[in-house]
Amino acid sequence: MSKKLAPPKSRGPSVPAKPTSSSKAPSPALVPTGKAPDGAPPLDRAEALRLYRQMLLIRRFEERAQQMYVEGKIGGFLHLYIGQEAIACGIMSLLHKDDYFIGAYRDHGYTLARGADPKPLMAELMGRSSGISRGKGGSMHFYDIPNGNFGGDGIVGGHIPIAAGMGYAIRLRGSEQCVVCFFGDGAINEGAFHEAMNVASLWDLPIVFVVENNMYGMGTSVERASAVTSLHERGAAYDMAHLPCDGMDILKVRNIFADAFARARQEKKPTFVEVITYRYRGHSMSDPAKYRSKEEVEKWQEKDPIARLGVFLLAKKFAKPANLEAIDKDVNLEVDDCIKFAEESPWPPPEYMYEDIYVKTETLNWRAVERDPAWERSLTDDRVPVIYPAHVSAGKG
Amino acid sequence: MREALNQAMREEMRRDPNVFLIGEEVGHYQGAYKITSGLVQEFGDWRVRDTPIAEEMIAGVAVGAAFVGMRPIAEMMTFNFSMLALDTMVNHAAKYRYMSGGQIRCPMVLRGPSGAAAQVAAQHSQSLESYFAHVPGLVVIMPSTPKDAKGLLKAAIRDDNPVVFMENEVLYNIKGEVPDEDYTIPIGLSEVKRTGNHVTIVAWSRMCYHALLAAELLAKEGIECEVVDPRTIRPLDEAPIFDSVRKTNHCVIVEEAWPQASVGAYISDRVQRECFDHLDAPVMRVNAPDVPMPYSKVLEKLYVPQPEKIVDTVRQVLR
Repeated sequence: MSKKLAPPKSRGPSVPAKPTSSSKAPSPALVPTGKAPDGAPPLDRAEALRLYRQMLLIRRFEERAQQMYVEGKIGGFLHLYIGQEAIACGIMSLLHKDDYFIGAYRDHGYTLARGADPKPLMAELMGRSSGISRGKGGSMHFYDIPNGNFGGDGIVGGHIPIAAGMGYAIRLRGSEQCVVCFFGDGAINEGAFHEAMNVASLWDLPIVFVVENNMYGMGTSVERASAVTSLHERGAAYDMAHLPCDGMDILKVRNIFADAFARARQEKKPTFVEVITYRYRGHSMSDPAKYRSKEEVEKWQEKDPIARLGVFLLAKKFAKPANLEAIDKDVNLEVDDCIKFAEESPWPPPEYMYEDIYVKTETLNWRAVERDPAWERSLTDDRVPVIYPAHVSAGKG
Repeated sequence: MREALNQAMREEMRRDPNVFLIGEEVGHYQGAYKITSGLVQEFGDWRVRDTPIAEEMIAGVAVGAAFVGMRPIAEMMTFNFSMLALDTMVNHAAKYRYMSGGQIRCPMVLRGPSGAAAQVAAQHSQSLESYFAHVPGLVVIMPSTPKDAKGLLKAAIRDDNPVVFMENEVLYNIKGEVPDEDYTIPIGLSEVKRTGNHVTIVAWSRMCYHALLAAELLAKEGIECEVVDPRTIRPLDEAPIFDSVRKTNHCVIVEEAWPQASVGAYISDRVQRECFDHLDAPVMRVNAPDVPMPYSKVLEKLYVPQPEKIVDTVRQVLR
């Protein structure tokens, strides 16, 4: 895999030829050693069809969400992932059950790709009590902790240091887990990005950083926002392995990320991957996307990741056109069920307002808070799932 | 005080392997204010993590580790620099539990010195507790004595909520009795630090000492002050404050922070609302002037609420 690390538009070596510093401790990020397996496990028929269906589910789910938004059934912000599905599906297909990930607010794709039931997601979009966040998060805040999904963050770049903290916890425990941190090209000019990237490399944290470069941070193109437009090259500043990836091809996504995960698990080292992609829709539903041309959008739609996987399925004789049509029909029915489920779900009762703020805790003087509903409701409600692995080896790293 | 805080962290790190410490100069430098002295020698570099100067990262690493079950203590070299970590505390530590419908908890402590020091001017002499106390989801603690500091810090580390633990730089050198046994002090428990019948003074952190000094001066005139130290700012244990005001019928609130939109303003509102029929005079407040801290020692002394100013205010309230 290491030979694939060459940058597309070279402005210098993409990965340092050797560690640039020998004096600092712990050791700096290294060139990939080639110890990683050569790419992802080949896609067998079942897995290829599963991924095709999953990508299509994300597409159809979001198209219907868009429709529900227009009908006024979904409010607030709605950031659609349409066009970027291969990234979430490719990456999640390589994660282990106990791995963690955290991402930004364009989060429908991550959550579906990680295997969440889509019904509570549609209910969340409609603000119902059966929503995955009990109607208190909305589109930007899908959390699915039993699946290691930590959201769903609405502050651009603000979650990147949190990913570093998860990686630090893994090193403290000495477990074999890793962390994936997704963010958009808009996030990489935030200070939080630099602060977190620096320590991820300095402390050898098992994190895969994924910048989904969809060419625009809201309406400002990468060229107008970043002095370096080949974004992965910023990894060099932190002595971190870094490379670009075609985000419109799930096979390529899987190959690149299999290597990155191996580096995280085996060498405890981070990787910075720039996934080149495109969002077909505007930044959110309120964005008519006047800053880009129709031709540009059409050019990208020709590379559509779902159509591309479909071509692969047909070429490999994993499916016939009729099979793909049947999958689409099945997915549409599933989305219909989601909408039915959401619309039939009750609105959250008023007491939900006061729940899920504080945790019941023995260290508190309860008399002081007995008339404070935020504390009083914390008594009866604790939905934190038991996902924390037992402590392994403190201090060893 | 230093020793009490150090013992609290050392004991909790021995008790629970999930507790770790992270911050600038906490390890090999032994702490910028020597609060973490000796900890890296006992617990090693991974559990006592020296960091680059990057406060948003420090708080973020603590939050992320807490989300997955650790119990981090993040040190701010001083709370003046915590403004760089404010987004992490307000938008992440305090909100993930709510936005996830209760799927997440964030058992962490953000601690360090706060308040005016000695001639370090406007950027290094601030009492910013109302920034944190404003936010639902956070717990804010401001101890005044070594005993309170140790008991409350141990409780904060064991607590499952994100706790902002604001020490006071000037109080680091004070001495006081600390119990030998393993003990905690409940979060959200006010303490009456001096009893009296004529006026209630509510004061916390360093201002609690100034209130006690003022009470001694006033006692010579026959005025008996009751000094209530809330110790925890959020959640606020109001009952002992109300009980005291209902007894003394007078209330003075002393804080080192600016007067506008402050914790004292909130307590004042609560007292006037709950004790209206018992008050013989309006609640009075003693604050820093509504300006940044000046450098010159002459101006600095004028700036920090001194016992004499508290004495004057008590006399006014009793007039």
